[in-house]
Amino acid sequence: MTLDTGTTAWLLTSTALVMLMTPGVGFFYGGLVRRKNFISMVALSFIVFALVSIQWVLFGYSLSFGGDIGGFIGNLDFAGLSGVSMEAGDAGYPPILFVAFQGVFAAIAMAIVTSGFAERVKLSSFIIFALLWTTLVYDPLAHWAWGGGWASVFGSLDFAGGTVVHISSGFAALAVAMVIGKRSGFGQYSMEPHNIPMTLLGAALLWFGWFGFNAGSALAANGIAANAFMVTNISAAAGALAWLAASWYRGKPSSLGMVSGAVAGLVAITPAAGFVNVGASIVIGAIAGLICYGAMLFRLKRGLDESLDAWAVHGMGGLWGAFATGIFAIAAIGGYPGLIEGNLDQFIANTIGALSAMVYAFVVTLVLAVIVDKILGLRVSEDEEYVGLDISQHGERA
Amino acid sequence: MVMKMIKAIIRPERFEFVKKALENQGLSGMTVMPVEGRGDQKGISLQYRGGTVQVDLIPKVLIEVVISDADADRVIQAICESARTGKRGDGRIFVLPVERSIKVRTGEQES
Repeated sequence: MTLDTGTTAWLLTSTALVMLMTPGVGFFYGGLVRRKNFISMVALSFIVFALVSIQWVLFGYSLSFGGDIGGFIGNLDFAGLSGVSMEAGDAGYPPILFVAFQGVFAAIAMAIVTSGFAERVKLSSFIIFALLWTTLVYDPLAHWAWGGGWASVFGSLDFAGGTVVHISSGFAALAVAMVIGKRSGFGQYSMEPHNIPMTLLGAALLWFGWFGFNAGSALAANGIAANAFMVTNISAAAGALAWLAASWYRGKPSSLGMVSGAVAGLVAITPAAGFVNVGASIVIGAIAGLICYGAMLFRLKRGLDESLDAWAVHGMGGLWGAFATGIFAIAAIGGYPGLIEGNLDQFIANTIGALSAMVYAFVVTLVLAVIVDKILGLRVSEDEEYVGLDISQHGERA
Repeated sequence: MVMKMIKAIIRPERFEFVKKALENQGLSGMTVMPVEGRGDQKGISLQYRGGTVQVDLIPKVLIEVVISDADADRVIQAICESARTGKRGDGRIFVLPVERSIKVRTGEQES
């Protein structure tokens, strides 16, 4: 097949859009922590981006998309990108562009996990953990869903990474938070976000980048991409308004709640974007806003310091999105009928796909975190935590 | 009435507790400033494999309240109890004499 310039141009653009989401996560999280950890929080996302980019071309891509080994992981045929061509492949775009596009997804998944490390992680241990996590959690999950692994064979639908990126990172953040422990003083005094406009700016970058994330995942410049673009925006809007209304009902309409709701809507529509219509996206987004808000309240009530709510928003939003895809898929859009068209099998397949990713991500992350904690120590010392990670880990002040 | 100013330098994370303790003493008016400073230990030194790093100015909160001399001991005790963690860096309290106090809106004077 010859190179399709429209598709290639859109994938190049989408890759750049999704890249911007990783620093976007950094700024979103950075505004939510105390000023003494602002640089640390943003830097973690940049560090993740650089690390995963290198890991991806060395062996990460091959583990995800190489020849299938037992439905679980890819082989090392593409290690070092050997045999990955810049000439247009069967799909009309260069395979090396597909590597770049998938690489930015791998990076943002690990960046979301930094929520569970916030304000207390030792940088050196974090780097080791991030490499282990992206290799042993992200790469297998990407293979399961997209690389020819068991979930894709089984028929679990994940259009743009609701399971691979969001369920995995959300539940990983929960596991990390349980191993690393609460921030010192958590629950005794309030730890208020130091810069809410920074978080709003981060949310803007996420919302913007998400068009590449979802519409780019059509892997073509076509109608499916256009539909994905539209439902992505509508679900985000519905999520933003739902969380805003819920926080208004309980007190003030919080801007932070509004953008958290937008992200919840974006997370939930991610697996569904290529399979559902606009009407369904309103329902998916609005319910996502309410579920994630409820999950956050539950997390606070339990006194769990999963500090920046990756679990509540990405984990629970991702689970809802996976179920919603099985419910609202319409054959006329993506070729797969869901529960509303009477197809229970799709709902079951998606539920199994989502729950197995959840359990795998949570358990393996727990094990990795315990190992790194025992050998290197995940946490900074009490004094380093007190003065903040900006000074103690980076020698800089925001 | 002899008036005193209490200047209390405390840990930022203890501020809410101190504010509540002052309220319990019937004191609602106060001036609060974020400040940086160091005490006898000259800040905090962090140990690294490559050596030590000295963080010599630590963020603190400075609270100023003006009270009658008769209340001073009681208020000082309340601040100490609510600001204390028992670790180094809990802060300092200074007591200063106040000559006059004037309410801007009415011009009403106390001294």
